[in-house]
Amino acid sequence: MTDVPDARRVDAAVVGAGLMGTTVALFLARGGMRVALIDRDGICRSASGVNAGTLTLHMTRAALIPYAMRGFEMWTSAGAWLGHDLGVVSTEGLCLAFTEDEAALLEARTHARRAAGAPIDLVSPTRAREIEPGLGRDVRLAACCPVDGHASAYLTGLAYRRALAAAGVRLLEHHPVTAIEPEAGGFRVRGHDLDLRATRLILAGGVWLEPMLRWLGIALAIKVLVNQLAVTERLPPVMRTVVTIATGLLSLKQFANGTVLVGGGWQGKGDREHGTGTLIPENLLGNLRLAAFAIPALRAGRLVRAWLGLEAETADAMPAIGPMPGIPGAFVIGSVHSGYTSGPYMGRLLADQILGRPPEQPLFPIDRLLAPARQPATKVHAR
Amino acid sequence: MSELDLVVIGAGPAGAAAALEAHRRGLRCLLVDEAPAAGGQVWRAPPEGFVRRKADADAKAGDRLRAELGASSIATAFGHRVWLITESFRIEAVGSEGPVTWRAPAIIAATGVSERVIPFPGWTEPGVIGLAGATVLLKAQQVLPGERALVAGCGPLLPAVVASVLKAGGRVAAAVDLAERREWLSALPAMLTRPDLLARGLGWLIRLRRAGVPVYFRHAIRQVESAEEHLEVAIAPVDATGRFVTEVCERVFEVDWVAVGHGLVPGTEITRLLGAEHRYHAERGGWVAVLDETGRTSVPGLLVAGDGGGIRGAAAAVEQGRLAGLATALDQGRLDRDGFEREAKPIRRRLRRAERFGQASARLMAVRAGQVLSIPEETIVCRCEDVTRAEITAAIGAGAAEVNQLKGWTRCGMGPCQGRMCGEAAASLLAVASGSRDAAGIWTGRAPLRPVALDDLLGDYSYGDIPLPKAAPL
Repeated sequence: MTDVPDARRVDAAVVGAGLMGTTVALFLARGGMRVALIDRDGICRSASGVNAGTLTLHMTRAALIPYAMRGFEMWTSAGAWLGHDLGVVSTEGLCLAFTEDEAALLEARTHARRAAGAPIDLVSPTRAREIEPGLGRDVRLAACCPVDGHASAYLTGLAYRRALAAAGVRLLEHHPVTAIEPEAGGFRVRGHDLDLRATRLILAGGVWLEPMLRWLGIALAIKVLVNQLAVTERLPPVMRTVVTIATGLLSLKQFANGTVLVGGGWQGKGDREHGTGTLIPENLLGNLRLAAFAIPALRAGRLVRAWLGLEAETADAMPAIGPMPGIPGAFVIGSVHSGYTSGPYMGRLLADQILGRPPEQPLFPIDRLLAPARQPATKVHAR
Repeated sequence: MSELDLVVIGAGPAGAAAALEAHRRGLRCLLVDEAPAAGGQVWRAPPEGFVRRKADADAKAGDRLRAELGASSIATAFGHRVWLITESFRIEAVGSEGPVTWRAPAIIAATGVSERVIPFPGWTEPGVIGLAGATVLLKAQQVLPGERALVAGCGPLLPAVVASVLKAGGRVAAAVDLAERREWLSALPAMLTRPDLLARGLGWLIRLRRAGVPVYFRHAIRQVESAEEHLEVAIAPVDATGRFVTEVCERVFEVDWVAVGHGLVPGTEITRLLGAEHRYHAERGGWVAVLDETGRTSVPGLLVAGDGGGIRGAAAAVEQGRLAGLATALDQGRLDRDGFEREAKPIRRRLRRAERFGQASARLMAVRAGQVLSIPEETIVCRCEDVTRAEITAAIGAGAAEVNQLKGWTRCGMGPCQGRMCGEAAASLLAVASGSRDAAGIWTGRAPLRPVALDDLLGDYSYGDIPLPKAAPL
């Protein structure tokens, strides 16, 4: 059960118990810190628990490929480093082109991702159908990547929760933070039933990073993507790979239990103030039609559930990971494109930086995204 | 896409009354139901081309309703499944002609109930069906599922099914009631408000007595096992909370089929999907939308009528439907306040009367806390996803504090029944750990409201018809 909060001091308070915050908290605790991980909901209940579970390089921005590849390794070796299996299925990822334009796009994007280190090969439609017999007739070109797969997002929190307990992280679920004040020697984190003093602060609030950063006087615009997802009932095997298309607008896979998950970032209506929002019927239909175009056997199934997940994006669509400028001891992590794949690795990198170990790959400081005049003028006491 | 003032979803007693009332006030109203004809569960129409031997009171009420609808110019869409509703309101349905879309500023959700069955070993065996399901088979379709039955559970459906089985020429090995005789007696004063229904109840008892059906009060099914040609049903005594009081199985019956149900649960799919405020009311059947006196929810334009807003029975549902229809007419300026009050006054009076009866029945059908404690650890709770009580216990132990986290960690409620079968048991188990059903929470509303065949939704299209958004960044 959730720990009873008190006013004790911790070495680090992590606000936001999604994949990023949870990983940071875990590695900080393993590095010897006393850590509190706080969320207004349960662990991994927002984007980290409702996303499509795709672990892929095909949808990863080229500059993030090296991170995603290390992230993928962490997903598949979770038993070793997390102590709990994350239920990852490794399989080929196929990225399809149905038109001439898409084929050109696929070639260019595959080239760029290969240059960044992704082991992706262009393959003929015939070869693609050998790899994925479930494919429809109209594939013009495909790209295949052996580093691909999927996990069940709704189980991520369960595995992490066990690891956090073993590492001694104080997990405060269902505790909304309402204010954070810098003070001598650190930060005061307050909310209903919550009053905590922390030497270091890590904000990991997904799409809610923007209002969170405002607590500390930082104005960072975070765009909210409202991604629609849908899942079918259990079906006989209709596909064995993870399928996407050149534009990145499809993610499709069949889980071991037979259900087929359809995603790809088709937009619904919603905002961060109300949590999620409503489906846009045309977009759901479009996404499902695209899915059935790729894997025609899907038509035999029934749609059982559709929902929305909120994804965060910065102005340049690159991550926000690093120290908060002008506020010693405060850090931010989030807005990682294809963040589910890279998430565990990104979290570990930031934890390394906070623990004073040089990160294996560079972080993504937010200074680039802040207007010079907008940087906080508040004087903050260093610890 | 058709422009309307009101869409009523569900053409049972509540929905049909609402639609007729609104139609009479000049609203452009559409009455939708997934069944091929109006009547809902209680006044269900017989299948097409089916000749009824003899019509009982419910059959006659249904026939009257269908005749009234047929004589009016009200628009109907039977055989249509509403699967998605979005804001202000856009309603997506599938019918025989494929997908359809309607728009209306008001919706009256009159979607009735689903049946609660608290699991026991063998509840998923073929031949074990719900009391409500048995009622449909016996009354609307005159099908006797087997020769010799055991009927168990609680509430008015229990004697009703026993009587229907006997009437259809079947035999009943035993009637097994969670309630004590005393609980039925304490419901009597409220039942007296409806002499017609009381007389019907007495008729059931006489039939039961004449047939020599043994009645076991304060008993429940401990397990059902499939033998070669029949089912073996063991029953044992329970306490007032529904928990078994002895470790031995007291009696074993050999039967062909079992009807069992533990009450009715309001269908809140639409109000949850549209984000209306809900409260837990055990004596109304569970989680229900917060409603004003006419059925308005916290979402403007969205009203609820009938048992979907809390179990009160068919007679109350009719009056609730009328009130909701009138309220919509008032909200859309087809009726002034005085006119509304004048019309509403006699309806309210009849509603209060009907509600007393409905309340007494609902009390007999309320979930009993001890019942879930009797579910053995290895018994399946979620039959779509084969989730056992032990798996639910483990997830609660791992930190699932509310039903949505429990759903994710166990898949309980993720199957095609969308939680309608397992939801009550799962939430009640969680409530034992988290203190209350309020704390255990309510499942987030999700589309589709019912599973929908992709083939019906997708239709014929070419790649160029798919409205592809712009590519994601590289």
